[in-house]
Formats: sequence, C-alpha cells, structure tokens
Amino acid sequence: MRYAAHTPLLRNDGSGFYCEAGGFHIDPWNPVARAVITHGHADHYAYGCESYLVAAEGETVFRARLGVDAPIQTLGYGQSIDINGVRVSMHPAGHILGSAQIRVEHRGEVWVVSGDYKRQPDPTCAPFEPVRCDTFITEATFGLPVYRWPDPAEEIARINAWWRANADAGKSSLLFCYALGKAQRVIASVDPAIGPILTHGSVERLNRAYREAGIALPPTHYAMQAERADMSRALVIAPLSARGTTWTRRFGSHASGFVSGWMRIRGARRRRAVDRGFVLSDHVDWPGLMASINETGAGRILVTHGYINVVARWLNEAGYDATAVETRYTSSDTEDAEQLNMEEEE
Amino acid sequence: MRAFADLYAALDETNKTNDKIAAMVDYFSRAEPADAAWAIYFLSGRKPRQIIPARKLIEWAVDQAALPPWLFSECYDAVADMAETIALLLPETDADNDDPLHVWIEERLLPLREAGEAAQHEGAHFAWRTLNTRQRFVWNKLITGAFRVGVSQQLVIRALATVSGVDAAVIAHRLMGAWEPTPDFYTALIAPETRESDVSRPYPFFLAYPIEDNRLDALGDRADWQIEWKWDGIRAQTIRRAGQTFIWSRGEELVTDRYPEIEAAARGLPDGTVIDGELLPWKDERVMPFMQLQRRIGRKTLGKKLLEEVPVIFLAYDLLEEGGVDVREQPLSWRRSRLEAIVSALDQPVRSIQLSPVVEAATWDGLADLRAESRARGVEGFMLKRRESPFRVGRQRGDWWKWKIEPYTVDAVLINAQRGSGKRASLYTDYTFGVWDDAGQLIPFAKAYSGLTDAEIREVDSFIRRNTVEKFGPVRSVKPELVFELAFEGIQRSTRHKSGIAVRFPRILRWRHDKPPQDADSLATIRMLLPDGDTGDAQ
Repeated sequence: MRYAAHTPLLRNDGSGFYCEAGGFHIDPWNPVARAVITHGHADHYAYGCESYLVAAEGETVFRARLGVDAPIQTLGYGQSIDINGVRVSMHPAGHILGSAQIRVEHRGEVWVVSGDYKRQPDPTCAPFEPVRCDTFITEATFGLPVYRWPDPAEEIARINAWWRANADAGKSSLLFCYALGKAQRVIASVDPAIGPILTHGSVERLNRAYREAGIALPPTHYAMQAERADMSRALVIAPLSARGTTWTRRFGSHASGFVSGWMRIRGARRRRAVDRGFVLSDHVDWPGLMASINETGAGRILVTHGYINVVARWLNEAGYDATAVETRYTSSDTEDAEQLNMEEEE
Repeated sequence: MRAFADLYAALDETNKTNDKIAAMVDYFSRAEPADAAWAIYFLSGRKPRQIIPARKLIEWAVDQAALPPWLFSECYDAVADMAETIALLLPETDADNDDPLHVWIEERLLPLREAGEAAQHEGAHFAWRTLNTRQRFVWNKLITGAFRVGVSQQLVIRALATVSGVDAAVIAHRLMGAWEPTPDFYTALIAPETRESDVSRPYPFFLAYPIEDNRLDALGDRADWQIEWKWDGIRAQTIRRAGQTFIWSRGEELVTDRYPEIEAAARGLPDGTVIDGELLPWKDERVMPFMQLQRRIGRKTLGKKLLEEVPVIFLAYDLLEEGGVDVREQPLSWRRSRLEAIVSALDQPVRSIQLSPVVEAATWDGLADLRAESRARGVEGFMLKRRESPFRVGRQRGDWWKWKIEPYTVDAVLINAQRGSGKRASLYTDYTFGVWDDAGQLIPFAKAYSGLTDAEIREVDSFIRRNTVEKFGPVRSVKPELVFELAFEGIQRSTRHKSGIAVRFPRILRWRHDKPPQDADSLATIRMLLPDGDTGDAQ
C-alpha cells in the first residue's frame, strides 16, 4: 500500500490516535481491533478491544483492570515489534507501574505518544526516559506555570508528620489517593513504623497487582477486615470517591487528607473540604513539561489532556509547531476538564 | 512573618474549631506583644486599605516571572485568587523569613502607601525575594487590602482567654470599639486588671438564635418571658460617659454623627449609661421600611430635607451600664425597670429615644395570634427574652430567642451567574434570578448567594458552563432553564431596580427541579405582595 506523504502517522479518528499504516489505535476510548495502551488509568483505554498491547512491566495491573483472560500481549521496555511495517516500542513514562511512552517509527519518521508521565522519583515504577522523535504527543494535565512540584521527599515527610500527630492524638488518618499508582507510591514511601496501613477494597486489589509484579510494598490490610482496635493509629488509603460516604464512618474520629497535584492550589483543597492537601503528583509539572519536550528534540508537538490550548500557545510562541488536540476527555473549557480530572483518576 | 504565615496556613487547613483554637493559642503564647496585636487586628477582620493596586502588582509579577500577560490570565482563571496566583508564579526561593510581623507591617508595608511607584516596586521585590511562597501569599493579601481568614471573633476570643487566663467575656469587651494594634494594647488586653479606661468602649452584643420549629411550649411559663417585637433596623448601643455620647452599630462602627437627633436626645442621659437598642427610621409613630434607613446610612453629610423625610430613633431594648457600673449580670426584669425609669426621665421635645414596647399577650396562643399582625406593623416577629436572663456575650441559646414570621417566597429563573469568592472562587455561585414581566420577558428580580448544598452548587456550576449565552466580564448570562424557590423578608417599591421592586435578605430556599421556567412567578403576582398592593405609588 502507498500513502500520500502528508498523511500523518497518527491522527485522531474519533476513537483515539489511529495509526493507519500499522492498523492500530493508541489509547482508544472506543472498542477497536488493535489497541496499544500507554497505561492502566481508565481514561486511556476502552473495554472490549479485540487485542491489547501493553508494557510487560504493567501486565498484572492491566489484568486487574481488564480481567485475567483479556487478550493482552506484552512488550518489554526498550523492545520493539513490527506491526504491518510500523516499528512500535515501549519506553518508561514514570507515571505508574507499567506506564509507557509509545514510540512509533515508519519510513524514517518517529512519533512518540507520552501518555501520562512525570519526572519525579517513584519507588514503584521505572523513571521516565526521554525518547528522541520528530513529533511528540504530550499530556498537559498540569500545563500551567502555577503547577510546580515541591520535593517529593518533603511531601512524604509532611504526610508522615501528619500521620504521626494524628496517631498520637488517637485519630486515624484518612488519606485520599487515586487507587492506581498514587496509592501504591504513597504506601511504598511512608514510614510503616508509625502504625498500620489500612486500605479501601479498590486500593487493595491494585496492591496485589503491584506485589505480583515484584514491587515491594509494606504490609497493608483491607480496612473492612481490620480490628477496630487498630484504627486509632492507622493510615487509611482510599480513593476520593469514598469521601463522605458511610464507609468512612467506621473510622470514627479521623483527620482527612488528599494527595494530588491539584492540592497546589488552595481553593482546590478547600472545595474538597479535606483538612490537609499534599502536593504529590504522578504528572509532570510545568518546568518538567517544558524540559521533557525539549529533551525529545521534536519540532512538532501535539498537546492532549488538560490545559491543551495554553500549552500549545506557549509552545508556538517559543518557536515549536504545536497543536492542541481535543480528545474525548478534554473540552474547550479547561476548568470543566479540571473538574472532571479531579473526579477521575490522575 | 514566618510564624504568622504558618498560623494562617494552620487556620486555613482545618475546619475544626478545636484545631483552629489550638493553632492560635500556640501562636499567641510565643508571639511578642507587638506581633500579637497585629495578628489580632488581622484575625478580627480588620485590615489596611489597599496599598498597591492589584493591577500594578500583576504587572511587576509577570515581569519578574518572565511570563506573557495572557498566561498570567490563564493561571488566574484556574487559581481564582490574585494574591495566590502571584505567589505561585514568582520564581521559587529557599527564603524563609523570620523577621517579626510588626516589622513587616510597620516598616515595610504601611510606609509604601505614601511612597512613590519606584519605592513601591522595590518594596514588592524585596518582599518577594525575602519570603517563601506561603509567606508571599500573605504579604500579597495584605498589600492589596484583601486579607481575610476563616476564623470567627468568638474563636479568637477563646484562644486569647486560654492564653491569658482572663475571662472570655472580658476579652470580648476589651476588643470592642476602636483600638490601635500596639504592644500596649495587647498587654492591656490580656492583663488581669479589669478597670476599663476607654470611655467610648461598647459592650459585646447579646444575640438570639431562632426558636426551633415554633416550639413555644418548650419555653415553659409565659409569665417567665418578656416579649418584644422584632424590629428591622440596625442594632446599636448608645453610650453616655464623661459628658460625651457614642453610638456604636453592631458592626462596631462609631456612627454617632450620622444620627444627630439621637445624639441630642442622649445628652439628657445620666453619665455612665449604656443602652442596647435599635436604630429605626420612624415617622408618625410608626416604623418606616428598612430601605429608608439605607438612605441615611451612606450619607456623609445629612441635609435638612433628608432629616425631615427620614427621622431616626433609637428604640431602647436593654440597660447595660448604670451610674458607671456594669449591670449585665442583673436579671432582665431589674434592668428593664431601670431602663424604663431612665428613658421616661429624659426631657426630649422630639422623642428620639424610645422604649421598645413589651407585647402584652397573656398566653402563648394569644401571642401566636398577634404574630399574624407582624407585617402590618412593619416588624419581623417577636423577641422572646427570659425575665431572669443576664445580658450575655455573643450568640447563645436558651435565654433569648427570635421568633420570626415566615418569609415571602417566589419561584424565579436563573438568568445570570458570577464566580464566588473564597472556597467557591472557581465556581459560579453568585446568581441573579429573573421573573416574568408584563411583556413576557424575564427581568432581573433578585440576587442570591446561598442556600444550595455543595453538590447542588457543582451541578448548577456545570449547567452554567454548558449553557452560557454571553460573557460580560466576570458575569455569564445563561439559558433560562433552572427554577429556584427564593425566600425574602421584606418587599418594597424601588426606582433603583429594573423590576421596580427591592427585596430584603433574598436567599435560595430550594431548587425546583419540577418546574419549567414558564411556570416561574411573574412581576404582576409579586407586586401583590407589596404593602400597598398592586396599585399604590412608589414610596
């Protein structure tokens, strides 16, 4: 088959980024024949695809999400396969366990789809590796210069201090985290000597997937099976959707916190009505975003997820050829996207 | 600045009363008096007027952060707080400044008011490179006159009482009226010595809660209660001490010179008298609508015409000090008889100080009947006061209750929305509601800000974003689709409102999911609620 020179290697066909030459979609939101997936957050895959190609490091996570019998093929970081003459490889994105940037090469042209990514250290996943390319499709969840992350070690120290103070006051510490990725990163980072770590069911299922993949996590207990006596010194890890539900009542007197990049903004924390916000994100902040784009060496940037128009305009003014790409998960009003993102997983 | 910024963060980070008090106790037990005085000044809602306009501050911040103005706007849109946006955008520093709060305020902040622009610019840069993100935020708030912290005066008082061991009521009293945030003020505030020297100082007001579910039978014997009408004016204290008169509004504003007729009448009060009461527009032996009083409030100079059109009286409720002695612990029955003696002894050609009449209904049932006359009398219902009660401090349950008449209600359509402030800063929470006019158009009728749950607010916010018709500045007009039941207390004709009607205390009662917009109320039916019905003239 022949393709006109101007046919883009990847384009949004209404179901996701479609590679016409290879006949596959990357991160589709509708069921497709062949899906290549960057990571296991719900806004990056659709159920019901005929086949999934994922990074081998994330297989247990995908099976926890898609079902043990799902048609999943894996590819290790740095390995490549040929799909209809298109070379596809996976490279660590540093977002969560098994998250991958997907490199697509065809006739000497290289595109990289970042998926979600971060540049901070994370004990539960391989660090981001910049991949040289011609066109880089980046996320922009926190694509505003007000988003600059503090040192994660300091934020973890703040979580430990908060947990310890609550425990000493006889209160459990209810810490809201996205169930996949953030929860395990926090669990692997906090000081388990302070007290027991209890979990919401949705978190515990993913802890199991992480442990099966060989990621070391301190002992955790499913909260519904925990003795009430354990609770006063406990750190309870739950998704934000559990906030204010009857599920939280069993912890009696407790303090609440939320771990998210959104907590950089005061109003975001106050709207959530949580006591404490901890600024720990699995996405790049503004300086990280700009540095990463620069390191890819790409001249053409497609911006998707989050503050796409802001980032595209900034990049254009800086001399890149940048375009904002609407996907099903973005809308023209970035605040709506923010509201949505805060409800969804990071 | 470090300790104060930490205190601000601690107060901001919790909704729990005890944690807020603990944070303040911790601060005040370490702070030097000069800093503590300023902290109380800010925590009690006082703040310096804007020193540098926000527009200038943004210009300098954008310049320092090397960002284009459009990107600042995008950030501001997401953060919805100017001081915070600037604090977050400035280059990070490792700064952690520990210079005392009073040095920052007195030597580096207030002097900038009189300084030229270059000096202001240098002052801002000095602060920004010397302070970390959290401290810069507080400084930005102070310099733009926008400082506000979510803590009530009651909590500040409880914290100070804990730190000093002085009774909370005494602290509350010492915080009333005008004072300067000096070390001497703070030292006197927490001193055990109780002799007061400021002749103008009012007492804290005693406020009532609404009675629950109209449960009058729970109050016991009718004879144990003194009942007065509930008046719709401005709560105030009139003080006569050392040959001078002071009139304080409940907002702790000294308003003596705005009510010359009351000041004149108060000259006849014996020295050392403090009376609690209400400022009311009053003509021909009758209260006038509150809006008439508003005509007097805003005026710097009072013309003869306005004084004749809207005479104001002080309706006396209670006696707080007699012969220079604090009598608040005496029972109400005792205070009332002394008050009657004092007011009736006044020699006034125009009766500008009058006694609040006691309602005579002999039984609770009789009272319920009389309550129906409230609107015709221009009052809002009853105040129920236990005859044995002392004059307490602040809003407390048990001894005083207010029993208000049911509000007016209408169904109106959401037509405009604006962003809120504080924790609602990035949500559209300030609504304008319309009703159908005679031509079949929706006409703005009332604005309301409260009454919905957080979940409803978010739902309405999302509707507004999806159904914006036009944006003008911060306001969006929206597709007229959502209907809400509004409640309000008073209604009056107005030439200043497009609808020709002004209402008092409008608020949202509930979201009428069941009503389509065409079933909302019309101006014609609302006019029927006017005291003079549909046909009377304005005023």
